[in-house]
Amino acid sequence: MIAHALFFYFFSIIAIISAIFVIVSRNTVHAVFFLILDFISISCLFIMIGAEFLGMMMLIVYVGAVAVLFLFVVMLMNVTEQKLSWFRGSKKSGHIPIGLIVGSVILLELIVIVGGWKYRNTFAETKFLSFDPNFTNTHLIGNVLYTEYIHLFQISGIILLCSMVGAIVLTYRKREGAKKQKYFEQVSREREDSVKLIDAEFDKGVKIDD
Amino acid sequence: MNYIVTFYNETYKILLLLIPILVSVAMIVWFDRRVWGFVQRRKGPNVVGPFGLLQTAADALKYIFKEIIIPASSNKIVFILAPIVTMTLALSAWAVIPFSDEMFISDINVGILYIFAISSLGVYGIIMGGWASNSKYPFLGAIRSAAQMVSYEVSIGIIIINVLLCVGSLNLRDIVLAQEKLWFVVPLFPMFVIYFISALAETNRPPFDLPEAEAELVAGYQTEYSGMMYAMFWLGEYANILLLCALGSILFLGGWLSPVDIYPFNIIPGVFWMIFKILLLFFMFAIVKAIVPRYRYDQLMRLGWKVFLPFSLLYVILTASFLVYFDLLPN
Repeated sequence: MIAHALFFYFFSIIAIISAIFVIVSRNTVHAVFFLILDFISISCLFIMIGAEFLGMMMLIVYVGAVAVLFLFVVMLMNVTEQKLSWFRGSKKSGHIPIGLIVGSVILLELIVIVGGWKYRNTFAETKFLSFDPNFTNTHLIGNVLYTEYIHLFQISGIILLCSMVGAIVLTYRKREGAKKQKYFEQVSREREDSVKLIDAEFDKGVKIDD
Repeated sequence: MNYIVTFYNETYKILLLLIPILVSVAMIVWFDRRVWGFVQRRKGPNVVGPFGLLQTAADALKYIFKEIIIPASSNKIVFILAPIVTMTLALSAWAVIPFSDEMFISDINVGILYIFAISSLGVYGIIMGGWASNSKYPFLGAIRSAAQMVSYEVSIGIIIINVLLCVGSLNLRDIVLAQEKLWFVVPLFPMFVIYFISALAETNRPPFDLPEAEAELVAGYQTEYSGMMYAMFWLGEYANILLLCALGSILFLGGWLSPVDIYPFNIIPGVFWMIFKILLLFFMFAIVKAIVPRYRYDQLMRLGWKVFLPFSLLYVILTASFLVYFDLLPN
């Protein structure tokens, strides 16, 4: 058990420190790298409590896909060196009051939730998530997700699809004069379509444009 | 005391796996160049050692004694971290590959997801290298390669779902044992072809080596790297190729199982068959490098998103309905 505890503290300390550095670091790309480190150590914690499926999904979805997109956006928007003039200089910014309002609302909500929260030690014996050593937790999650919660699961899928379609609609613009390759036309071109044999009269030549 | 014994045992097992893999990566580089040479009617590397076998050792020696140059305007920590990340990830995925019925380091329930997760992390080595170099060509190469790897991961994921439907488990040993009667390459042959092509794109091999297309981008994300750091990128790349070959042989070619279950074949140990299948797949990788011209970037994206993705999704539906209709679903 000692090794288990040591690993737990190791991963959770890394998770907390990197979460702090996500906010503190001035270079935005570094912040995203710390976010990735945070995700990785949290998925290690998931694996340590035996939720190996969740841990792997965390790695695949958050680190493998979402964080790559974050990194793309941060690198391409050229905001790597964030200006600290908002806090240090005399220039006023409209962001700080909004940020303070949102932050205080979230803090208030957290206080309300945590204040009303009671620790239930019967949590592990909830009806649908009963632990069965004969099945892997992939099986158990699948059983719950596709029977009890099938409607919620499908609805969340639809919501994701809608937002995807919305994002494409918002960013789509028709570009004039863009050249596209038409594969089927290219492949189905025959000799007759493109080559024409003409008997050229002597000393007169041929007008190609006819 | 118990911990120390376990620690010792595990370290011993890990070294016993990693050293052969590093040696075989070196050999595979030689094999790759040799096949490439023969296809083009050259001899390939044949001077150092018997048949040129020690060519890679000579190259490695050269890399070790070269100076490591770190560009002045680069982001130094990330610049040094990038090749380390690439190589560590490429080697750590080997922990779950079963070489025979009892030859593996760890036998975890979500083995295939582990490999998938590690290979999806592989993109960070490239992005970090490209960004930290603080130079145009590496950055363009990194962006290209990240988009390419993310796109083809999607189709590899759906191909894996096809296989998992037929197995009913995420464990790599179960996947192999489910193929005792029939290798999955027979019923899922189109998926095998798509897996092979996606693996080429995932590892940035020709004809999809756009991240390092030398005519356009000098050497892509590796442009600013030199000496041993370049060699580490290189080692990681080849270890990744070998890994995807191993995964292909586990998913489709029956892993360590012998092709026919009759006398002279079934006494050969499983390790031999596993290595033979990995080499066979790698031979195909090497041949493709020599005979296929490089794709254009828009063609690559079209192939991934508009051809492979819909087709493999369709095949998932086909496989699932076939299994349900004939009541062949595994528990």
